Amino acid sequence: MPDLHPGLVLIFGALLVALLRGRARSTAALIVPLAALILVWTVGDGAIWTSRLAGYPITPFAVDKLSRLFGTIFALMAFGGALFALNQSARLELPAAFLYAGAALGVTFAGDLLTVFVFWELMAIGSTLVLWSAGTNSSYQASLRYLMIHLTGGVLLLIGVAGHALETGSLQFVAMAPHGLSQWLILAAFLVNAGAPPISAWLPDAYPEASWSGTVFLSAFTTKIAVYALMRGFPGAEPLIYIGLYMVFYGIIYALLENDMRRILAYSIINQVGFMVTGIGIGTDIALNGAAAHAFTHILYKALLLMSAGSVLYMTNKRKCTDLGGLFQSMPITALCGIVGALAISSFPLTSGFVSKSMTVQSAADEHLLVVWLLLGVASAGVFLHAGIKFPWFVFFQKDSGLRPPDPPLNMRLAMILFAILCVGLGVFYEPLYRLLPYPVDFQPYTGAHVVSQLQLLLFSGLAFFVMLKWLRRTLTITLDVDWFYRAFLVAAVDRIEGSVTAMRDRITGKLRGGGARVSGAVRRLHDSQSILARTWQSGTMAMLMLIMLMTLLVVGYLV
Amino acid sequence: MEQHWLTRPETIRKLWRLFIAVLAAVVLAEVLVPREAHFDVDRLFSFYALFGFVACAVLIVVAKALGVLLKRPDTYYDDEAGDA
Repeated sequence: MPDLHPGLVLIFGALLVALLRGRARSTAALIVPLAALILVWTVGDGAIWTSRLAGYPITPFAVDKLSRLFGTIFALMAFGGALFALNQSARLELPAAFLYAGAALGVTFAGDLLTVFVFWELMAIGSTLVLWSAGTNSSYQASLRYLMIHLTGGVLLLIGVAGHALETGSLQFVAMAPHGLSQWLILAAFLVNAGAPPISAWLPDAYPEASWSGTVFLSAFTTKIAVYALMRGFPGAEPLIYIGLYMVFYGIIYALLENDMRRILAYSIINQVGFMVTGIGIGTDIALNGAAAHAFTHILYKALLLMSAGSVLYMTNKRKCTDLGGLFQSMPITALCGIVGALAISSFPLTSGFVSKSMTVQSAADEHLLVVWLLLGVASAGVFLHAGIKFPWFVFFQKDSGLRPPDPPLNMRLAMILFAILCVGLGVFYEPLYRLLPYPVDFQPYTGAHVVSQLQLLLFSGLAFFVMLKWLRRTLTITLDVDWFYRAFLVAAVDRIEGSVTAMRDRITGKLRGGGARVSGAVRRLHDSQSILARTWQSGTMAMLMLIMLMTLLVVGYLV
Repeated sequence: MEQHWLTRPETIRKLWRLFIAVLAAVVLAEVLVPREAHFDVDRLFSFYALFGFVACAVLIVVAKALGVLLKRPDTYYDDEAGDA
């Protein structure tokens, strides 16, 4: 079989899905991601496509263990997301999502930075189209802010890549140290997509505005492609430890204050990616394995959580915790799958989160980073607090909202059940996942001490939640973030500048008019039909004037 | 509307009792498993239980405090929609 690129298969599949209708469309939507998945697994290692561009050798298609791991999960995610979105009425969304997922695979299998850049931009376009297909005014507004941030990130990336190529004479995408401006720019571009500070706000701003199925796709690719790129480009870069820890706590605090169920989960993406970024910063084999495994399992359980939330939104058209509650009674499958996702994100034993995230925490202990280890511990407890209990509690339990919607249609239920099985399955049979990891694994997740300490940590976090429940009561509020700067401050500043410019213009034109009026008045006084220089004079006056002039000449002539 | 058995007060009381029993069990289970301490601090008995509870309490208080400063009505940005 010729070596087809799985990303391009998905991108051409997007065109196919856009053209087809009815059953053929649904069939294509499910087969295309599976075909991509099979390609990811059957293609051999090494550089598959090579070429030259502007004197630089480029490798648009290259495969190794790390890219195969991310390729696998991205293709799997495209399949699960498509299954969930089969009954989405917005026809743009699925093709846009396939373009987006295909571009993510394009970055994953890019052996050079130029290919990374091309697919990076394509991802920004695909994800913006996913946002647009929600078709609401708020999603359109959010998509413009989203696009602004991501195109800026793309520009940083392009400048960085160009500089890096000039300095090193190579476009190859390999580990680089952040020592010069070019490398810092590339790092910054990667961090923009990761949702790192100071501009994390684009993520919780945009993702919850997508449709009930669109958010599921959005949650998977952009941030995890950043994790992938950071792993390949900047493993062991120390600043990432501190950036990651900031993200971890930012996610928890903002999620605790949030009322919109999908925005809670969006904040928790930043929290989770923070764990991975910290692991990449630590940079040992076990830390990188932990970050890679965590990215893999995170995509599954975060998608599952957002499918559960998306089902609630689809059935009730409500998204605020203050409007929801008590739904477990009529949506048992959605509630159960949401709880499985919540347990997995909290790293409960027997779920996929436990076998992946605990590697990162272990790596901090192995490196004797006490403060990092303690902070990751606080964060692990906080994950259970903000996502693990808060999401299912406020949506499916708490007060009874009186809503009794049934579970969603079959395809949505199947997608949730599939991902729930994967979340538990990977937690029990973790060996296949460990074999896919980029470095040899020397880690035993299920020791008595691991299980007991994790259960203590989580269950007592749960106790804190219920004891302090009054403090967590939901309010009809949002929480200000850095995006306030460009959504409110800059807008107000532009309004003020516009106001003062208008006032100044009025003053200047007023002055000019006044000046002009004075000039024209003077001209008029002299030249108007009745004024001194223009009126017709009587001939007598003329004769008199002539006489005076001649007399003057005579007198002057005589005297001289 | 008939009350679901899970929402009845007596069920909730039972669930609390069960929860407390489980909490006690996971603390006591520490005696049974071989210890794996990485630092001095986690040698403390029931370290993870205390750590989890205190960590969450602190997080909730910090969030609450920041909320006082940063929370706004959820219609705060709504007038920007008019520009579309």
